[in-house]
Amino acid sequence: MSLQPVYGFETQVVPHMGAAYNLARWLTRNDHDAEDVVQEAYLRAFRFWESFRGADPRAWLLTIVRNTCFTWLQQNRKPTIELPEDMPDLKTADTNPEALLLASVDAERLRQAVEQLPLEFREAIVLRELEGFSYKEISSITSVPIGTVMSRLARARTRLQRALQGGVA
Amino acid sequence: MSCENNPALLTAYVDGELDLVRSLEIEKHLESCQACARIVQNQQTLSSALRAGSLYYHPPRHLEQRIHTALRSPGRINWPILAVAASLLVAGIFFAFRPAAPSSLVAQLVAQEVLDSHLRSLLPGHLADVQSSDRHTVKPWFAGKLDFSPPVADFAAEGFPLTGGRIDSVNGRTVAVLVYQRHQHVINAYVWPSPGSTNSRVNRATLQGYNILHWTHAGLEWWLASDLNTQELEDLANRLIQ
Repeated sequence: MSLQPVYGFETQVVPHMGAAYNLARWLTRNDHDAEDVVQEAYLRAFRFWESFRGADPRAWLLTIVRNTCFTWLQQNRKPTIELPEDMPDLKTADTNPEALLLASVDAERLRQAVEQLPLEFREAIVLRELEGFSYKEISSITSVPIGTVMSRLARARTRLQRALQGGVA
Repeated sequence: MSCENNPALLTAYVDGELDLVRSLEIEKHLESCQACARIVQNQQTLSSALRAGSLYYHPPRHLEQRIHTALRSPGRINWPILAVAASLLVAGIFFAFRPAAPSSLVAQLVAQEVLDSHLRSLLPGHLADVQSSDRHTVKPWFAGKLDFSPPVADFAAEGFPLTGGRIDSVNGRTVAVLVYQRHQHVINAYVWPSPGSTNSRVNRATLQGYNILHWTHAGLEWWLASDLNTQELEDLANRLIQ
């Protein structure tokens, strides 16, 4: 089987391997798992490419990566302690938050804080901040309403800020 | 805007996702409310830090080569049904799904997963974890293995005997599978909860020569996969809906 007959896959889907890997890596939190997921996602994408009618192959590919990740995580669930998404935050609206200074944000601590977010929050942050998707695009990729995207992002950011300021990375 | 400190609204403002009117309202509010201004400022700082680039994971160099190799040599991939991908590409995928929720791509992905699972189940010893035509045996077997209780019915009198059940993994979750038989044809019925979904019509698809039906009813998502003809498969679907 050659890639040649499938017009456009090589030029429109393969170049987004970086985005695919980044998302898979953040969702699985492991290098090897991310590689396996990306490979499987590309095999799936290849099978579905002929039916692609959308405008944005990157969003299309990431929908498949995400779906593959969730199935993968379901099948290879490791016992990890993760806060459920609907657990109430301590206090979402801090009336007098201290200023967060960019200079004081330690990259490694930020990485750890994102890594410890619940899966759905982590996914929203990666799609928004690292991939720059709009709420509408994130809503389509993750199959949740726009309002849910918005609240996930808000709560994820509140948690990240607290982790950066509170010293509990 | 009154100061409700609505973090979601402020987040949407920072992301430029509000319409002009609401955006101006917030801007005006920020002039007089220090707490909200601080939240916005912090979110912007956080955004800059996240986007600074150090958080982006870059794929190892060998990954692209690995994927190209995988795409070109289906025989070496431990995904058994990929072998049919070539013929699938030639035949094209026929989909009768309406452009319904959540998106047809997701429906296609799930349909393919259902078919993969159906094909796996036909390998010797994989069809059923509990073998029984007695729904009073099958239903309790699911208890404790799932976070929901699937409806279990036997339609032996109508020509669709229940032969067993198993647990499978589809669409990123654990699902119940009821195994039915029609003459020599195996029918796998996948069911899982779909809270908030509205009842849909029965959608049909043909994938790699197999018939697949899909519908949501009473908060449950159903998928049937079989090599049985569509008409008889729909007969079973209607019985499951009632």
